[in-house]
Amino acid sequence: MSQPTTLQPPAASATQDAPRTGTWDGGNEPFKASYGKLMMWFFLLSDAFTFAAFLTTYGLIRHKHEVFVGKAEEFVFSTRWWPVPDKVFNAFPGLHGMDVPLGFVALMTMILILSSVTMVLAVEAGHRMDKNDVQKWLLWTILFGTTFLLSQAWEWSHFIHGSEKGMLMADGTTFFGANLAVNEYGPVLFADLFFFITGFHGTHVLSGVCLLVWCFIATSNGTFHKRGHYEMIEKIGLYWHFVDLVWVFVFTFFYLV
Amino acid sequence: MSDMAAKPNLSPGVQTQGGIGTAGVPATEHGDHLHHDDHEHHDQHWLWKYVFSQDHKVIAKQFLISGMIWAILGGTLSSLFRLQLGWPEGSMEWLAPFLGKWIVAGKLNPEFYLALVTMHGTIMVFFVLTAGLSGTFSNFLIPLQVGARDMASGFMNMLSYWFFFLSSIIMFASLFIETGPAAAGWTIYPPLSALPQAIPGSGAGMTLWLVSMAFFIVSQLLGGVNYVTTVINMRTRGMSMSKLPLTIWAFFLTAILGILSFPVLFSAALLLIFDRSFGTSFFLSDIYIAGQALSNQGGSPVLFQHLFWFLGHPEVYIVIMPAMGMVSEVLATNARKPIFGYRAMIGSLIGISLLSFVVWAHHMFVTGMNPFLGSVFMFLTLIIAVPSGVKVFNWLATLWRGNIRFTAAMLFSIGFVSLFISGGLTGIILGNATLDIQMHNTYFVVAHFHLVMGSSAFFGLFAGVYHWFPKMFGRMMDEKLGYIHFWLTFAGVYLVFMPMHYVGIAGFPRRYYAWTGFDAFSQFADLNRFISIAAILAFFAQFVFIFNFFYSIFRGRRATQNPWNSTTLEWTTPVNPGHGNWPGEIPAVYRWPYDYSKPGSDVDFIPQNVPYSKTQSSNFPYEQDAVE
Repeated sequence: MSQPTTLQPPAASATQDAPRTGTWDGGNEPFKASYGKLMMWFFLLSDAFTFAAFLTTYGLIRHKHEVFVGKAEEFVFSTRWWPVPDKVFNAFPGLHGMDVPLGFVALMTMILILSSVTMVLAVEAGHRMDKNDVQKWLLWTILFGTTFLLSQAWEWSHFIHGSEKGMLMADGTTFFGANLAVNEYGPVLFADLFFFITGFHGTHVLSGVCLLVWCFIATSNGTFHKRGHYEMIEKIGLYWHFVDLVWVFVFTFFYLV
Repeated sequence: MSDMAAKPNLSPGVQTQGGIGTAGVPATEHGDHLHHDDHEHHDQHWLWKYVFSQDHKVIAKQFLISGMIWAILGGTLSSLFRLQLGWPEGSMEWLAPFLGKWIVAGKLNPEFYLALVTMHGTIMVFFVLTAGLSGTFSNFLIPLQVGARDMASGFMNMLSYWFFFLSSIIMFASLFIETGPAAAGWTIYPPLSALPQAIPGSGAGMTLWLVSMAFFIVSQLLGGVNYVTTVINMRTRGMSMSKLPLTIWAFFLTAILGILSFPVLFSAALLLIFDRSFGTSFFLSDIYIAGQALSNQGGSPVLFQHLFWFLGHPEVYIVIMPAMGMVSEVLATNARKPIFGYRAMIGSLIGISLLSFVVWAHHMFVTGMNPFLGSVFMFLTLIIAVPSGVKVFNWLATLWRGNIRFTAAMLFSIGFVSLFISGGLTGIILGNATLDIQMHNTYFVVAHFHLVMGSSAFFGLFAGVYHWFPKMFGRMMDEKLGYIHFWLTFAGVYLVFMPMHYVGIAGFPRRYYAWTGFDAFSQFADLNRFISIAAILAFFAQFVFIFNFFYSIFRGRRATQNPWNSTTLEWTTPVNPGHGNWPGEIPAVYRWPYDYSKPGSDVDFIPQNVPYSKTQSSNFPYEQDAVE
């Protein structure tokens, strides 16, 4: 390797030139976000694509199936057409036999949205370095998240046990409810997608609750207070809001459309 | 900080060899990242220093060596099926001690042939050219070239490697199970991959494949968020986005592609796992198998292909873009010229990244997809030729009238450009739906993607290893062996894939285990044998590289601090940088990374950390303005 001769710098100007210092010029955080928060954002972006793939799957498969044409009163469950959500999800705990279309899931949704509100309050309390308020709002969030999970468990178990009518099978027996291979409400893929997508979302909520419990313990131990900031709560909060937002889409696709 | 400054011979402002020193340039790093210095402990146990290390340079080497092991394995598999294709009537009895029951009556078991092809594809695409390529060089170069002590999160970076390791172990184990590894092709299309009872290779081997890939995706995600975050947040002072070396731009966009596309493969894999193991019907409908009707109704195998190729197409850019970035860097350094069209190079990388998300269905022209949709994807696909053309012409213009130094890395970079052009041209043919329908199931497609993304990316990988070896190991690789390696490989690649284009365009079909029963194809026996010989020889030529690599780690000529007289920041670190990279302060950056042969300068390169006030004789007027 031939080496060029050493350059003798000309008499350097007396002034010291400094590197540029604009927003994107390096040496700072262009989004005013720490690396941890940025990572959470990018993780959520990627997770959004995971859910988008599932919801696209839902859309395409639903599009492949027939739609029930006719009056709502005349609708009956059949494997020939995609079921009407109002008729599948019309039960409410304690109100046996009453027709409450989407009543319970609306309540669940409200609880989850409320948990986002309490999460915001926890983050806000963290900004004020108010340990007691952080604990209080975290507890509320954990409570709402757990309630959502339990409600989902009830919704699933109702879906699995099925209606009183059931579905007549080819071998003459009657099948009640739904699992991954048979579904009295309609095409089997309705049940597959329901279990898979709400299950995947539920897993996210469960992870979120676990993270919140961990945050609560760390807050109680004063870990964040000693650290001088509650940014961890903020990061977990981002995740929590994301999971809520995903539910809004899942709710829209499965129950409303 | 203090413990690092205490190291010998690492005084801040070491003079870059033959160039302009950094002495006297004040550079204070930003406080937010000071905690990275805590990683440096002198009394670290070797387990934490070399195995569960959080140092990006060690992790890079772990990825590189794992990738090399996988590459040898992937190459071995291809040699085995090339034996079958080249000598379809020949006896394989001599392989029986090695392959055991997969040799039946002197012949390769057809099921195992499918498994060989599947695993060759999987290993090469994911384990070598994704993990081994961008895992190695994104890890190694991002902190060094943007001027950071380490990745944003060293811990997650370590996890990224170990998830990859776990995934590797599972995939490797799947080679040895009784029913053999996955055999539904690296694209694992259902229903073949969704029905464990279909073929031996769709049983336990397929399950292990899916589990392994799930861990692989986790590893990619952990790595990807780290790379992106590091580039955004950890650039040193003055390192604006328009002063980043093209390598970093390529790694940055590659990581974004990975973050956005791998999760979709994750979704597809998860749905497939449910179809296989839990009785769902996402990808299954109306299937008779072994005379029995399955109850699965309503799913769609084409849906899987959409999900798969939504990853699969960006994946080929995940493979090729790091190579493009490194080649740009090596070409400029060794042509002693600024890269031609720096901003156009960035623009074309961004263009390729965006387009890569909207062309996936060009892999599916023959699936029975709506022809109108096909024409839309054809249109979008052909547009990719524009940014690719920009890149190729810029590389050629960079070489034009350069003062070229034919180092081994430079040879491989020039080879990359050659292969990318040859393979890219056939891409324009295949991007046309009408032509693709004719060619799709022939070796033309195989030859195309092996040239444009397989061999090209390998050449980029080799260029990167030869070029950055001195920074990795503090020694030089042997140039003579490098030349031998290059010429054998370069000739080998063309000798394999040029005839393969020919047999493909003549109609020779892919995926056939035995083709001698067809009159139309038996005339290609000689060419197939020729391809096989060339492929196996080219594979063995790689051992020259392996030998050179390991020999040079221990016995190579000692490297100087900046052996290629390069301008980028990694060459301002000591010969063997410790954890934290710079013993003193991180240098600040004043200029773009391609000040080679600048008119008016006594030396033919000016490192990025040299302020304009020190180069009055070569400053352009607008640069002179910066000196105030």
